[in-house]
Amino acid sequence: MSSSSSKRHSSITSFKARSYKPRRSQWSWARSFVLPVVLLIGWEFLSQIRFFLPNLLPAPSSVIAAIWDLALSGELFHHVGITLYRIVLGFTIGGILATILGALTGYSRSVHQFIDPSLQALRSIPSLAWVPLFILWMGIGETPKVALIAVGVFFPVYLNLMSGVQGVDRKLVEVGKAYRLSSLQLICRVFLPATLPAYIVGLRSGLGLGWMFVVAAEVMGASQGLGFLLVDGQTTGRPTIILASILLFAALGKLTDAGLAIAGKRLLHWQDSYGSHT
Amino acid sequence: MLRVETATKQFENGFLALDSVNFQVNTGEIVSLVGTSGCGKSTLLRVIAGLDSPTSGHVLIDNKPILSPHPAVGIIFQEPRLMPWLTVQQNVQFGLETLPKAEKERLTALILDRVGLTQFAQALPRQLSGGMAQRVAIARALITKPSILLLDEPFNALDAFIRMQLQDHLLQAWNYDRPTMILVTHDVEEAVILSDRILVLRGNPGRIHQEFTIDLARPRRRTDLHVQYWKEKLLNALDLSIDQRSAIEV
Repeated sequence: MSSSSSKRHSSITSFKARSYKPRRSQWSWARSFVLPVVLLIGWEFLSQIRFFLPNLLPAPSSVIAAIWDLALSGELFHHVGITLYRIVLGFTIGGILATILGALTGYSRSVHQFIDPSLQALRSIPSLAWVPLFILWMGIGETPKVALIAVGVFFPVYLNLMSGVQGVDRKLVEVGKAYRLSSLQLICRVFLPATLPAYIVGLRSGLGLGWMFVVAAEVMGASQGLGFLLVDGQTTGRPTIILASILLFAALGKLTDAGLAIAGKRLLHWQDSYGSHT
Repeated sequence: MLRVETATKQFENGFLALDSVNFQVNTGEIVSLVGTSGCGKSTLLRVIAGLDSPTSGHVLIDNKPILSPHPAVGIIFQEPRLMPWLTVQQNVQFGLETLPKAEKERLTALILDRVGLTQFAQALPRQLSGGMAQRVAIARALITKPSILLLDEPFNALDAFIRMQLQDHLLQAWNYDRPTMILVTHDVEEAVILSDRILVLRGNPGRIHQEFTIDLARPRRRTDLHVQYWKEKLLNALDLSIDQRSAIEV
């Protein structure tokens, strides 16, 4: 190597791949909290002046007190734990099945012709219509609940992954072919990374649907879980418990989604689009 | 040595893109395929690359017919076609077979230095200009030391200044290992500056119309009178003059 190149090496210390981040003010993250805080304060105020009746819409302070009581008695962690368990299991099963089938139908036209029309037909069945059948087949234990969640997670992941694979830039695939990559290498080195953005969108909407379906499953017949707590609050006439469960659903759904979103952002830092830099 | 024997390519819609094309390229030679758009020159290159198969006839490298991409052939496309998720360094290494890590890094550093991108090794494609991205593509093709390098209108999408700069870059890089090069272009000056031989193609059906041997010493200056002479000769062969076109219309 020539001396000019070694000089070049030393003069520029290193060119970090992620050095082009737009400057953001230190407090910009706080913006997303402004609206909820204002609403909460307004809600609390209107409850205190008895504009909202406590038997219909209890004050935020009493909802938080109810959650605190549940936490102290240990009930909270029990219900949250069982709901999370169902979500994780259903999400994993539905997600894995969707990943396999989505990748296959996206990659191979003949597999697509064999499988996709049937799956699309199944998709048009309202998912709650499965409930009686699942209960008939699997009883009333955990299995039908997890199965229902898996069904909910399956379709968004499947659809996004399939169209993601189909939408991979033909020109990049050709580069892989020109370098004589095997099918497996082509999948790992071109298709997988190229499909990742669509796949992560699919996982996030799958997880969102998973949360909707866990409520459906638990409302319909369960003796534990957040959905049960919801129904329990209704039948025993405790609006604070109903609101507490809703709040917990919101918080947990948001947290799990944020986890996926952060993971996605880290994996997709290479993307060159408007949204990826904001 | 590369030989194209009666290569014919007919598309499914019946369009005859190549009609029994014959030619031979010697080792270390730079040959340009020049023609107006739709004359089949890119199709011909894709057939040589093994990315498309001819309807009849074949392409032979060292007397063996090509059925799929050949290990000794490198290709540079019209667009950089970099993997957006890989850094410049990883993109350059994309086509390298499994080598010891140290050897891989030595080769990458060497080739990045040759195309002048050493300080951008860790950059992502989205951070590069068009010219820089195409230089990465050149580095990716050169690092495997191909004995035949195919170039499909490689500088087409770039502005005139960058194009000239990259043509020089390419010749410099070529000078190290001197691979055989087949260049598809519709830039007459590019063809004259770079080639030992120029094949003029005419379309519908795609055939080799004329062949020129450019026996000028290198490096060739773009303003050289001989270069101008060959440019004019090529333009005439391409049959672009307004007189003839209007004559057809009348």
